[in-house]
Amino acid sequence: MTTTEATLTERRSFRDTPAPPDAAPLDVRGVTAAYRDQPVLWDVSFTVPPGQLVGIVGPNGAGKTTLLKIVMGLMRPAAGQALIYGQPFAQARRWVGYVPQRGSVDWDFPTDALDVVQMGRYGRLGWFRRPGAEERRRALACLEQLGIAHLAGRQISQLSGGQQQRVFLARALAQDARLYLMDEPFAGVDFKTEQAILALLRELRAAGRTVIVVHHDLETVGDYFDRVVLLNGRLVAEGPVGEVFTRENVAAAYGGSVAFLSDEGMWGVVVADMDGAARSERAAANGG
Amino acid sequence: MSADLVIILTAILVAVPCALLGSFLVLRQMAMMGDAISHAVLPGIVIAFFLSESLGPLASLLGATVFGLLTTVLVQALSDTRRVKEDSAIGIVFTALFALGVFLVSKFARDVHLDLQHVLYGEIAYAPLNPLLVGDFDLGPRSLWTLGIVTALVLVLVGLLYKELKLTTFDPGLAAALGFAPATVHYLLMGAVSFTTVGAFDSVGAILVVAFLIVPPATAYLLTERLSRMLLLAVAAGVGSAVGGYALAYSLNVTIAGAMAVVAGLLFLLALLCSPSHGLLAHLARQRRNGHDFARDLLLARLAGLGGHATPQALAAGLGWEGARLDRALQHARHGGWIDRPREGEVLLTEKGREAAHRATGRLRPAAVGRV
Repeated sequence: MTTTEATLTERRSFRDTPAPPDAAPLDVRGVTAAYRDQPVLWDVSFTVPPGQLVGIVGPNGAGKTTLLKIVMGLMRPAAGQALIYGQPFAQARRWVGYVPQRGSVDWDFPTDALDVVQMGRYGRLGWFRRPGAEERRRALACLEQLGIAHLAGRQISQLSGGQQQRVFLARALAQDARLYLMDEPFAGVDFKTEQAILALLRELRAAGRTVIVVHHDLETVGDYFDRVVLLNGRLVAEGPVGEVFTRENVAAAYGGSVAFLSDEGMWGVVVADMDGAARSERAAANGG
Repeated sequence: MSADLVIILTAILVAVPCALLGSFLVLRQMAMMGDAISHAVLPGIVIAFFLSESLGPLASLLGATVFGLLTTVLVQALSDTRRVKEDSAIGIVFTALFALGVFLVSKFARDVHLDLQHVLYGEIAYAPLNPLLVGDFDLGPRSLWTLGIVTALVLVLVGLLYKELKLTTFDPGLAAALGFAPATVHYLLMGAVSFTTVGAFDSVGAILVVAFLIVPPATAYLLTERLSRMLLLAVAAGVGSAVGGYALAYSLNVTIAGAMAVVAGLLFLLALLCSPSHGLLAHLARQRRNGHDFARDLLLARLAGLGGHATPQALAAGLGWEGARLDRALQHARHGGWIDRPREGEVLLTEKGREAAHRATGRLRPAAVGRV
C-alpha cells in the first residue's frame, strides 16, 4: 500500500469512526441482573481503563455472558447500568466490536468466509445500503491479517473450528472498533489458532484498543491478560492480573476447595459443581 | 388473456414471493411458523370481508397481516411463559385462530363467498372467472391484481432489506449489536409472510401455500452455498412447480394446486438425491471413494512396512483382511499405478506408491505423536 493510499484509508476510517469521548471504555456501575427471580449478577461494579487486555473469569453460571449481554444492551439490568465511553450502548455502538460464541450461529448458512467478514462493515453502512468494493477490500485485508485470506471463498461449514473462530475475529477486526467484547474466543480452537488469536489481541492492544474477553481456561489467564475480572455472581475481585489473580480469589470465585498441586506457581482448584461432580482446573499464576 | 395463461401467471405470482420469504423462514428454522401463519390469517380475511363488504384485495391483505402478526406475537408470548415449548405454542395458537376463522365462515357462510373447501385447497381454476371491477370497468382477473401487489411488495422488501435479512438470520446477536433491530426485521418478515399467504389463499388455499413457502427454498438450499443464488434457485423451483404442475394437471385432469405441490415435492426429491454437493447419491459415492482410498493407503503403508514387496498372503495376514477386501484394494492400487503385480504371488510397491504410502503415514503422524 502506498503512503497516499494509507493516508486515505486512515482519513476514511477516521471519518467512519470518530474518536470516542474521553471516558473509560467500560464502566459497570452496580449492575444486578436476574432471569425472572433467579439472580445471576449482584451489584457488580468495575471500570476498565483503555488499552488493556481484560479477562472475565469465573465458573459456569457466574454471569459472564449475562454481563456481556447487559453491556451490549441485549438485556436490561434489574438495577445499575453499564456505560461505554460514558454513554449507554445505543449511543456507543460504533466503537464496539463483538465476537459472539462460535456455537451461537448456524455454520450451515449458505455463505462464505469473506461474506461473513463483510458483515462487520454493515454497522458503518447503516440500513439499506449494500456492501461494495470497499467493504470487500477491507474484509479481505482482515482475513489476511488472521492468516486465512486463502479461505475467503470457502463455504463456512467447510471451515475447521479454528478457522471459523478466525473468521469471527476477522469480522470483529472489520468493525474497526475501539472496544472489543469477545465471548470465549479461545474455546475449542487448536493451538495454532489460539496463538493467532493471542497475537491479534496483542496487536489490538498495541494499537490502543481495549479488549474484554470472557475466558474459561484458568491456566492461561496469567499469560494472556493485563487485568482480570473475577466473577461469581458477585464481583470477587478486579484489577491487574498480578495483584488480583491469586489463589484466594480464584478459590473464592470457584467456591471449591483449593488443592495445591505444586510449588512453582502452579496450583489447582478442585471445583465441586452444582451437580456434585468434582472437576479440577489447573492454573498458572505468579504465586499469591 | 387466455384462461390457461391467467392460471399459470397467478401460480407464478404465488410462487415468487413465497420462494423469497420461504428461503428466510427455512434458514431461520421457522418453517412451521409459515405453516401456522398461513392458517391463522383466515379470521382476518373473514373479518376484513365483513368490514369491506367484498373481498377487496387491500382490505383482506391488511386484515390478514394483522392476524399473521398476532400469531407471531401470541406464539412468542405463550412460549415466553415457559409453560409450553415453542412448537406446542405454534400448534395451539394457529389451530385456535384457524378454528375461529372456520367458525366464522360456517356461521356466516350465506353472506360470504367462501366455503371450507375453498379455504383449504383454493380455487386457482376460477382465477380467470373472477374479474376486478371498479365501477363498470373490468380491470382483468382479480387474482393477478392481488398477487401482483403482493409480489411487488415482497420484491421491494427483500430488495431493500437483503443485507438486514441476511444478518439477522445468520447472527441476530451481531445484528442487535450493530443496531439492526432483529425484532423489527423479524416482524416485517412475518408481516410479509402473512400478506403473501393471503394473496395466495384464493388460489392455492391454506394447505398448499405451505408447499410453495417451504419446498422450493428447501430444494434450493440443497443446491447452492450462496444466499443470493439460493433465492434465485428457490424462485426457479417455485416457478417450475407452477408451470410443471399446470401441465401435469392439464394432462391428467386433476386438481391444479395439488399437481403443483406434487411437482414441487418431486423437484425436492430430485435435489435430495442428485445435488452434486449435498445430495444423498453424491454423499454415498464420496463415502465409497473415501473408503476405497483409505483401504488403498492402508495397503500401501503396510506394503512399505514390509520392505516394498510381499505376497498377498503376507499382506492379508498383516492387515487382517479377508480375501475379497484385499483383492479390491489390490485392484484399486494396481489400477492407479501404485503397485505392480509382476507375478500372481507377488506385490511390488512402485515409486508413486512409495510416495503415497509416505504421505499416508505422514498424515497419521501428528495425532500419533501428539499424545505421549
